[in-house]
Amino acid sequence: MSSELPDSAVSPPSGAGESTSGPSRRAVIATGVAVGGVVVAGGTFLAGAEEAPATGTAPSSRVSLTVNGTRRTVTVDNRTSLLDLLREHFDLTGSKKGCNAGACGACTVLVDGQRVNSCLTLAVRLEGAEVTTIEGLADGDQLHPLQQAFVDQDAFQCGYCTPGQIMSGVGCIKEGHTGSPEEIREWMSGNICRCGCYVKIVRAVEQTAGRK
Amino acid sequence: MHPFSFTKAANTREALDAGRHGGRYIAGGTTLVDLMRETVERPETLVDISDLPMRDVKVTERGGLRIGALVTMSEAAAHPKVRSLYPVISQALELSASAQLRNMATIGGNIMQRTRCTYFRDVTADCNKREPGSGCAALEGFNRTHAILGTSDACVATHPSDAAVAFAALEARVHLLGSDGERQVSFADFLLRPGRTPNREQALRRGELITGVEIPALPRPLKSGYLKVRDRQSYEFALTSAAVALHVRGGVIREAKVAAGGVGTVPWKLPAVERHLVGERPSESLWTAAAAKAAEGARPLQHNRFKVELLKRTVERQLRVVGGSK
Ligand SMILES: Cc1cc2nc3c(=O)[nH]c(=O)nc-3n(C[C@H](O)[C@H](O)[C@H](O)COP(=O)(O)OP(=O)(O)OC[C@H]3O[C@@H](n4cnc5c(N)ncnc54)[C@H](O)[C@@H]3O)c2cc1C
Ligand code: SF4
Ligand code: FES
Ligand code: FES
Repeated sequence: MSSELPDSAVSPPSGAGESTSGPSRRAVIATGVAVGGVVVAGGTFLAGAEEAPATGTAPSSRVSLTVNGTRRTVTVDNRTSLLDLLREHFDLTGSKKGCNAGACGACTVLVDGQRVNSCLTLAVRLEGAEVTTIEGLADGDQLHPLQQAFVDQDAFQCGYCTPGQIMSGVGCIKEGHTGSPEEIREWMSGNICRCGCYVKIVRAVEQTAGRK
Repeated sequence: MHPFSFTKAANTREALDAGRHGGRYIAGGTTLVDLMRETVERPETLVDISDLPMRDVKVTERGGLRIGALVTMSEAAAHPKVRSLYPVISQALELSASAQLRNMATIGGNIMQRTRCTYFRDVTADCNKREPGSGCAALEGFNRTHAILGTSDACVATHPSDAAVAFAALEARVHLLGSDGERQVSFADFLLRPGRTPNREQALRRGELITGVEIPALPRPLKSGYLKVRDRQSYEFALTSAAVALHVRGGVIREAKVAAGGVGTVPWKLPAVERHLVGERPSESLWTAAAAKAAEGARPLQHNRFKVELLKRTVERQLRVVGGSK
């Protein structure tokens, strides 16, 4: 599905087995997508070819960050979002891409302890940052209390929004915005659930915040 | 997204240097990255300014408040001084976007954010703001969310910021720093109406940095608050909104600061409403009569006629909330 392709190329990790001599298949496709956006626009908006050079010449940067406790150093195309870095590069596919525009919350992760939208976060800006994703929440086999609460409260159907909901809920609880169901609803409004599990999501956050 | 080079400014001088050479500042990135992905924005160089020292909220010598440009929306909203002196700012911020976005987005970026007009965001549509001279698809298109005040034949897009409505009401000043020094611009002069050049949105010179927003001292006690009306209860832009601040002494309104959002091409200050209030005693009939002046000069479009009445009611309701009902 084309929507699952990263919209920016991610270079191979430094020290990884992949060859750096030529662009990977994924990078070629990804660049095609990026350039495609321009071509579709037709003559009026056509950008000069120099604006969309082939992968390999696209500016990239080296960045070191900690993801779920593991330090990682990578070279990324500057256009790479944290979401694409996690999903396409680190194989951490728990964080989901819903809108890729800050409008759904499915990509929510913690950066330096704060909940943010990883789709609008450029990976190159994360030098030294600590990122926590849904994969880093459990303690071994022991679910995080909010993960357990989502199970207890049956707070999901399809599950697509769930990782984002849980990461956002962790932030919400930490921020202390759990005084009432209304307050939780408002402070969790950055996470859309297409299945409409809002009532149970609020209960799960409430349970974890120690109000039940 | 078009490729770009990336640098992080270690200090203000480095940032200004890069800015002078055409580098584009990035703060929270919540407007810029989104629009770059849509290829509406195509900067060649991004300059990360997040390490610059513009992160504090300070009471000024004259008793006003200065909010640094890099203070996040969450930090500004939660700041005890903002909450106690100007609740209208805290409320406007907390009714904006989502908790996640507010953790990322900054005050400087917030007032710089670009319109949510869907044609502006769609690079295949005609849009004078994005592509000067191409036309305005919204004029004959779907314009339900567009502006009714301050529009021109070239552009009818609203300025989407909520905090900017509070800043406009309170007559804030924007602090700027360029390679030739500092200057201040009143909020009213900072955001530009479209006129014939909707592509020019702010009175910002090339490479200039916003360092902060200063809210002037106002007589106390000052009661203030923000009301936002939208299609859904949260995580949505305003159809209409009202920022109201009142100073009442001896039973008489001595100062009134009122602005509206969701209706103007810039945050819309309402001097006629303010004049109607000052010198009067709070009353139900006063709120109604003052709010009746809120839509003066409105030029509704095909799909947003409802905003004229909604604006008056929004202002009336918020005058009553802040000023009390007797
Ligand atoms: C889904 C969604 C919903 C939203 N809902 C709302 C809402 O309801 N109400 C609302 O008010 N806003 C809303 N927003 C907009 C959001 O508040 C803005 O995107 C945000 O405030 C921009 O700040 P930033 O720091 O992320 O800016 P950036 O994206 O980093 O920058 C925006 C622009 O400002 C420039 N800039 C930034 N800082 C400076 C500086 N110090 N000096 C000079 N130039 C600078 C940048 O070059 C860029 O052009 C929403 C956004 C999204 C994505
Ligand atoms: S209203 Fe303004 S931003 Fe929207 S299409 Fe017209 S010119 Fe562009
Ligand atoms: S994918 Fe990031 S908010 Fe929707
Ligand atoms: S559980 Fe399906 S979108 Fe939320």
